[in-house]
Amino acid sequence: MMAFKTETDAEQRATSRRADWFGILSRSHAGELDALAADAADGVAFEWLRRPHVGLVMVRGRAGGTGQVFNLGEMTVARASVRLADGTVGHGYVQSRDKRQAELAAIVDALLLQEHRHDEIMAKVIEPLRQKEQTRRIEKSRKAASTKVEFFTMVRGENPA
Amino acid sequence: MTLQSPTPMSSDGAALKPGFADPVFDAQAVFRAALVAIAYPGRAIPLDRTFAAPRPLSSATAALCLTLMDFETPAWLDRQTASGEASAWLRFHCGLPLIDDTSTARFAVGTDALNLPHLLEFHPGEIEYPDRSTTLVIQVKSFTDGPVTTWTGPGIKGSATIAIDGLPFWFWSDWDLNSELYPRGVDVIFTCGNALMGLPRTIKVEA
Amino acid sequence: MAYVAVKGGEQAILNTHKLISETRRGNPDLAELSLAQISEQFGLAVDRVMTEGSVYDRELAALALKQAQGDAIEAIFLLRAYRTTLPRVAVSEPIDTSKMAIRRRISATFKDIPGGQVLGPTYDYTHRLLDFALAAEGLERPQAELAAEPLDETVPRVIDLLNSEGLIEEEIDENDGEVFDLTREPTTFPARRDQRLQNLARGDEGFVLGLAYSTTRGYGGAHPFVGELRLGEVAVEIVPEELGFPITIADVTVTECQMINQFRGSADKPPQFTRGYGLTFGHNERKAMAMSLVDRAMRARELGEDVRYPAQDAEFVLSHTDNVEGNGFVTHFKLPHYVDFQAELQLVRQLRAEHEERRRKATGSEQAKEAAE
Repeated sequence: MMAFKTETDAEQRATSRRADWFGILSRSHAGELDALAADAADGVAFEWLRRPHVGLVMVRGRAGGTGQVFNLGEMTVARASVRLADGTVGHGYVQSRDKRQAELAAIVDALLLQEHRHDEIMAKVIEPLRQKEQTRRIEKSRKAASTKVEFFTMVRGENPA
Repeated sequence: MTLQSPTPMSSDGAALKPGFADPVFDAQAVFRAALVAIAYPGRAIPLDRTFAAPRPLSSATAALCLTLMDFETPAWLDRQTASGEASAWLRFHCGLPLIDDTSTARFAVGTDALNLPHLLEFHPGEIEYPDRSTTLVIQVKSFTDGPVTTWTGPGIKGSATIAIDGLPFWFWSDWDLNSELYPRGVDVIFTCGNALMGLPRTIKVEA
Repeated sequence: MAYVAVKGGEQAILNTHKLISETRRGNPDLAELSLAQISEQFGLAVDRVMTEGSVYDRELAALALKQAQGDAIEAIFLLRAYRTTLPRVAVSEPIDTSKMAIRRRISATFKDIPGGQVLGPTYDYTHRLLDFALAAEGLERPQAELAAEPLDETVPRVIDLLNSEGLIEEEIDENDGEVFDLTREPTTFPARRDQRLQNLARGDEGFVLGLAYSTTRGYGGAHPFVGELRLGEVAVEIVPEELGFPITIADVTVTECQMINQFRGSADKPPQFTRGYGLTFGHNERKAMAMSLVDRAMRARELGEDVRYPAQDAEFVLSHTDNVEGNGFVTHFKLPHYVDFQAELQLVRQLRAEHEERRRKATGSEQAKEAAE
């Protein structure tokens, strides 16, 4: 569905950087995003392109993981779009139904697109969120890893290695 | 499904106009007006709200699009509509997939009615699902200053005299052919300024 | 079906609302349950409601359970009803379960699987003895062990890895781009696999479990092995129209079951194991496994097997899996049917009168005959 033959490497890098921060923002916990981004977003003048609202996304899977695509079920998302005074447009998509979180995500996205705010917002908002997400992920994974086993079949021809 | 313009909208949406101020209540009000327009063909149904529509859409056309269309209703736009700021606006606010193929379109939007494709080129629906036909939204210059036609059918007591301006010369003979497909066939909602007028497939028109 | 408007019940109905609210609350001297408590401590009930209610939202599912006094099917109904008030804004790219952040992953077919067998949070190895320690309050905070190292970030699917000989059929996407959606289109037969899988994913756990059980007890000839069962978080990606590139909008927890089943070959195809697939929101192992068995059973026709048993009959299965539909139909019989019952009463009275008349005549002629003899 996406065929941007004309896209340059620079544009591709920009797209993948933006996709990366979208992922961090959408997976943030509402409280954490608010704590980190409320200051930066405070006083930013914007108009709504799309007011924060809640909708559904149909989640799809594949038979056997690799086969025919099917509809598994829907999930809730909150989304919003803003336009800053200089015309920069930001979009926010977050899991579940927190409209404030979607609003903040959209403003943060717009600020990240502004060259003069980009580095500051990355450092103040995105990287700390990434860190928190990473910590949670690793802790879960270490708990799972504690239940890892090696099974041995006892007899029947096959010797345990 | 082929997308008309695969390039993504540039992120500097400086020109992008907002949609409904209150998506729920605005869409409900416009939907109600569309229901009334379809129930009483030939009546000009004014919308009770206006907003800044993207070129070349009129306020009524834009409101109707926001109300009826979404990412699951592939839509065809005529050249004039597609080339204006309306195209990006529809893709953003409705998530609307734009397609080149009239025969699979759920909706078609024409702002340059004189150059509209023939009605038989749109999706007539299936015999099991006649509701799947294309609904055409045609923006016209006037409901009263054009050639006089006489409409009869459900929702019209006796007959109604309508004078839509800006339709191609073949339009009403095409409409006769459309009637022959019944229960299949396209439906039309005309828009003019800030008003709607319904022309469902059940209506007979004498030009 | 004749329903008749019944007047006079309004006050009584309003009073039932008050009574059920009080009943739901139970003893007011006890603390009220919060949604967070339900979501955290009744997590598996929440997972079931999300899967069959077909909306991934823990808080909404917890609310539905609270409102339904823990009645799963009523909660599923509430969630399905709420869902209809929300616009659908996008359809995701198919989730990639090979990139799952694993919390549990086991295989019953291969013991040495790259990435290892990870038992994860499971009741499988508990003794199923009631634990009276849990009846006490203020227990010591349970603490899971932490391994020194996390698991590999992504763990490949067992079947993809261990199928170099091609002994297990491959799942290939032969889709023409259109994906059936039963929330948008009427069920049609013969149903393609996309329709069947969506139906099973939303289907009642108990019903699907019963059907799955039947396939292993001679009503389907299944001889299944769990190729892999995994639980964990996967990213959900969408391509918003305004962006034109994929973005991740969430991590969702899913359970996936790859069931390997009986093999068959034909003149041109060497014998091969066949597969069934189960996928659910949240942690729903029983459901995912049952789903994979019934999915396989319903593939009978396409695999050239005889369709003999209920679980293989897609029309039978798909028409009866949905507990909101089933509940609606079965329990609607308690609604007033006064008029049609009156009609049937009259009919029965008339039939009885006719029957009586015939009997009287018959006995009359009997007696006349006897008298004549």
